[in-house]
Amino acid sequence: MRKACAMLMTVALAAFVAFPVVAGGSQEAAAPGAAAPGRARVELLGAGASFPAPLMTAWADDYRDITGGAVTVNYQSIGSGGGVRQFMEQTIMFGASEAHLNDENAQLARRNTGGVAYNLPLTLGDVVLTYNVPGVGQGLVFSPDTIAGAFLGTITRWDDPAIRELNPGVNLPSLPIQIAHRSDGSGTTNIFTNYLTKVNARWADQIGFGSSVNWPVGTGGNGNEGVAGIVMNTPGALGYNSLVYAVLNDITYGDVINNSGNVIAPSLEATSLAAAVDIPADGRIMLTDSDAARGYPIAGFAWGLVYENLDRNDAITTREEAEELTRFLYWVVTEGQEINESLSFARLPVDAQAVAERMISTLKWNGEPLGEQVIADVRSNGF
Amino acid sequence: MVETNNLLPARYRGPGDRVFKTVIVLFSSVIILLAIGTALVIYLEARPTFRAFGYWNFLTETTWDPVAAVHGALPFIIGTLLTSFAALALAVVPALGVAIFTTEYAPWWIAQIINYTVDLLAAIPSVVIGLWGIFNFAPMMRERFYTPIYNWAYEDAEWLVPIIGAPSTYNFVTATIILALMIVPYTVALSRDAIGQVPREQREAAWALGATRWEVMRKAVLPYARTGIVAGILLSLARALGETMAVAMLIGNSNRVPFTLFGPAATMPSVIINEFREAVETLHYSSIMAVGFYLFIVTISINLLASYVQQKLSITKGGL
Repeated sequence: MRKACAMLMTVALAAFVAFPVVAGGSQEAAAPGAAAPGRARVELLGAGASFPAPLMTAWADDYRDITGGAVTVNYQSIGSGGGVRQFMEQTIMFGASEAHLNDENAQLARRNTGGVAYNLPLTLGDVVLTYNVPGVGQGLVFSPDTIAGAFLGTITRWDDPAIRELNPGVNLPSLPIQIAHRSDGSGTTNIFTNYLTKVNARWADQIGFGSSVNWPVGTGGNGNEGVAGIVMNTPGALGYNSLVYAVLNDITYGDVINNSGNVIAPSLEATSLAAAVDIPADGRIMLTDSDAARGYPIAGFAWGLVYENLDRNDAITTREEAEELTRFLYWVVTEGQEINESLSFARLPVDAQAVAERMISTLKWNGEPLGEQVIADVRSNGF
Repeated sequence: MVETNNLLPARYRGPGDRVFKTVIVLFSSVIILLAIGTALVIYLEARPTFRAFGYWNFLTETTWDPVAAVHGALPFIIGTLLTSFAALALAVVPALGVAIFTTEYAPWWIAQIINYTVDLLAAIPSVVIGLWGIFNFAPMMRERFYTPIYNWAYEDAEWLVPIIGAPSTYNFVTATIILALMIVPYTVALSRDAIGQVPREQREAAWALGATRWEVMRKAVLPYARTGIVAGILLSLARALGETMAVAMLIGNSNRVPFTLFGPAATMPSVIINEFREAVETLHYSSIMAVGFYLFIVTISINLLASYVQQKLSITKGGL
């Protein structure tokens, strides 16, 4: 019951934290006359994934202070699907998503705007295996095969030899494994199923990956809190949650053997390390089952979506807006990263930051190299 | 209305009547247009799905696999109808009992307390009931009923096992019981009103003929009130069909048919609320819209059936 209360508190807290995001627009009036002289007031309109929403709120708050109240960011946490749709329909200046644009949308964006639609790394999401096994504490070791076996329904009991072999000395009870998964479409599911698709041929063949999949077994819970609720209330349950959520709510979670054969305990550092690989120029890479030797294997980027040709996005009407958007995004991937870990979000590793910077430097307004100008300006004058 | 107006002496005939009539006609048309507009928009958004699978195939397909881009609504339609009718079956008899008790048997102050409590029950937001279900009701049911019954069936009644299925905490039965709990207040309130509207003379006539209390109830009151009671039941059914949050939280959300009693299932509203936010692919999005469109049709059919049954059952031919 105490866990339940803690969980409810977190949900309430999350809602509370998320609220100013939606209300962001109205806060503009709260800082009258604070704008720096000569800097017009601009509201940057964004929407998308709910996972990075608390971070986006914190970024927006800090950035408003830095700009003396001139730039407010109105980010609506409507889910990755909605974010991608509104981005493609050009009703927002930037989107955010836990799944990168698919080929179809990437090509459509190129046709519509004559340039690339960038997937800009903002932070990283990580998925941990949460479980409720009486008498078993934190840090049960899972291998790709045992995870896939359990979620495919071929490993059905906790004392299965495959699990026992990985955990010598742990007293595993003879209890059926009850799988818990997300019932709502989610980026967490996308990362998790993408991982299973990479490590298990049978999973790749029968199920595949996406934000919603046709689960072979198990009970579906709505949201992180739904899955956590099932796990905490069901002895023998095995589910998956984002690391932040598991940590804040005191749910036991396991270690995973990565593709270099190392047992990795989930942590923000291990998640950042997963991105220590070559990242393509358009940012579209799934970091699951990463080759990074110390990286946690079930991790992935959360992306910001932005058009290379800012003038071709109908939601951006003036050059000022485009410039402030560019400046804000540049701040997010550089100085903004400093606050990530204080909010339990992984920070971008240096390589990913460099890729993001390169993308921002190519942003254009009517063919004018706006991105380069903004970066040069920031380097000499600050934000 | 107009005739009445014409009968009045000229000095009472103001523009008021005409203005009032225009206003209410306007309001009524807005309601009709809203309903048609909603259906139309949902249909248009669902068209890619109907074009890809066809109306009938989408209805009868049992696979829902967004990754493979195969979508079928049958599991959700089955889930919706089963949970709703089962919940109705659970709710009607107790609800009717409460309604009869409060109107006919209970002293007024006890009736007041019961009525007040029932109304209060109707006011609890479904997400709150859902949370209670997640943390208290479902775990309790698993411990006390699902697991023991499953273990017993496993040992002694193996033929039952495929029907009840391996017990999960959040399942078909949990969702149905909670759903029943949620529609009881509606059934009670509407039946209570229907019984309350039976004229005194009707009862007194039965008493005069020497009927016992039970006979008065059964032969004079209930037949007179049955139109209202049935209407109340069908309205409760409509509510059960559309109930979203509590069901989505407790049904376990699995779209693999056949469903089992103690295994997870899914309903049309639950799949909509679960998958809508993150539906990126066009076909996935339009299929959710198509499920919404069929839900619309199912609900309208139930409502039409309700008015038909009401007409048929009415002993006064057309309302009370």
